[in-house]
Amino acid sequence: MTESLVQVREVSKHFQKGKETVEVLHNLSLDIPAGDFMALMGPSGSGKTTLLNLLGGLDKPTTGGVSVSGRAIDQLSGNELAAWRAHHVGFVFQFYNLLPVLTAARNVELPLLLTDLSAAQRKQHVATALSVVGLADRAGHYPRELSGGQEQRVAIARAIVSDPTLLLCDEPTGDLDRETATEILTLLQALNRDHGKTIVMVTHDPQAAEYARRTLHLDKGTLLEAQAA
Amino acid sequence: MKYLGLIWCNMWRKRIRTTLTILSVLVAFLLFGLLTGFKNAFQVGDSLETAERLITVHKVSLINMLPVSYTERIKRIPGIAEATHATWFGGYYQEPRNQFGQFPVDPPSYLAMYPELKVPEQQLARFMANQTGALVGRAIADQFNISVGDRLPLFSTIWPKQDGDRNWEFQVEGILDDNSPNPITNFLLFHYEYFDEARGMGRGTVGWFIEKGDGSRSNTDLAADIDLEFANSPAETKTTNEAAFAEEYAKQFGDIGLIVTAILGAVFFTILLVSGNSMSQSVRERIPELAVLKTLGFSSGSVLAMVLAEGVLIALIGGLLGLGLSVAALGQASKALAALLPLGMGLSPGALILAVTYMILLGLVSGALPAVQAMRLTIIEALGRR
Repeated sequence: MTESLVQVREVSKHFQKGKETVEVLHNLSLDIPAGDFMALMGPSGSGKTTLLNLLGGLDKPTTGGVSVSGRAIDQLSGNELAAWRAHHVGFVFQFYNLLPVLTAARNVELPLLLTDLSAAQRKQHVATALSVVGLADRAGHYPRELSGGQEQRVAIARAIVSDPTLLLCDEPTGDLDRETATEILTLLQALNRDHGKTIVMVTHDPQAAEYARRTLHLDKGTLLEAQAA
Repeated sequence: MKYLGLIWCNMWRKRIRTTLTILSVLVAFLLFGLLTGFKNAFQVGDSLETAERLITVHKVSLINMLPVSYTERIKRIPGIAEATHATWFGGYYQEPRNQFGQFPVDPPSYLAMYPELKVPEQQLARFMANQTGALVGRAIADQFNISVGDRLPLFSTIWPKQDGDRNWEFQVEGILDDNSPNPITNFLLFHYEYFDEARGMGRGTVGWFIEKGDGSRSNTDLAADIDLEFANSPAETKTTNEAAFAEEYAKQFGDIGLIVTAILGAVFFTILLVSGNSMSQSVRERIPELAVLKTLGFSSGSVLAMVLAEGVLIALIGGLLGLGLSVAALGQASKALAALLPLGMGLSPGALILAVTYMILLGLVSGALPAVQAMRLTIIEALGRR
């Protein structure tokens, strides 16, 4: 781990629920070095997913700033953020969020449609990404023809296919059985270790968090202690 | 183009719904094609100024007759090079459904007025020499298997002979061809002199006059002078070009343009609701997926464009299929109704371009609301709907 890839500075996030203002994150600061694999734990409503959304440029802080690779993403416009996400972030969701009408390969290809790569180059990148997650032989299958674990692997392949700086995983094993969850976590670990991907993973599961290099705990919008895995 | 695969796959998410939507658009454009083709059957393209010939009819209605003596008065108007006349005979061959245009004319001046009409010299000479002779258009000859030398009985629904008999008999002396780019040969010509002598009513009258200018004056001026010549007479006239005359003829069946526009308006409005509803439903179902696309980096604009493109694609597939079917159907109908609609029922390049424009507009309008809805999605809320 070297210099800080992600810098979160005094970030607060408020949501308006009717007349009531709910503070989800409170004056939170955080550094994530390049090559880190960080687990983010905490009870429901502690602000884990909100923080992940801020890191991925899906939402903006009410106060404070978030920068990734030195770029203040909280200052970007909607279109700039979209372009930034396309090049710098890969997302893995709890429920995979694959498009059911597309094959595994076409799902993985989606982020590449936003690049200048030719169809042949895109095909090559997709094949590589599917090989990395061990699903090269399932390229032509539709999500409904895959198991939950395989769907999540396709989702991971989609997240890494454009070689993003940051991989953000929101409960990636939350919908999987223990054995499959272990496979997915091992895969994430390998991506961090062998491919140098910086990963932030939100999880409820302490066993899942053990695969990370370190774990941060959030409670009521505030970071508690940091601990190494 | 690289989004086309994605748009295509999304479009077929619910095959039955998409197929039904395409079918509804298909029916709309099938109707568009058929009705436009029918409307075109009554339209000739030239404007008054560019028209080669002018037509003079009774000011009240096409069915009111004009004195044949007007011919000479028209010829005397400065700037008129030629003038002739024709009359609607309204007969049928063998049975009532075999109706086509039959015109008693003054052959020399009529054929001079329409130099594109060609008859072999020998046949023309025999026709000129035989008062009960007739020249049959190629299309009619082919349709009813009529040859030179045949006796051709016609029953006139308008003109009885002096003895009250409505059966007229002609000797086919020649077959007419038309050398113009859009040949029309769905008619029969015979001698006005014979017709006028034999008919039991309306003697000395004709249906309309056809004039050609010598180029020294504009058609507008000529038309005004012709009508002025007969102003305040018992039979006032209205002079216009062939296109307007054809429209006047069509109005005997009703205002074709208005009917077609009304039907198409209703059809397109209904189809707009159907396809708009279908698109809205389709977008509602995949809000989380659209949010995923945005998460991956697709901009709001590209999501908007993809949903609109989907609407346009559905409209184009259905529309082009419908239009293709209508072109095929019009081809068949033109053959079957050749005698009644001599101009034929076809779609002009302009009508085809208009149809494709309507398809694109239909797709854009039906996709507009769902597309805007998709564009405005906030990722976090939309992902939360899963």
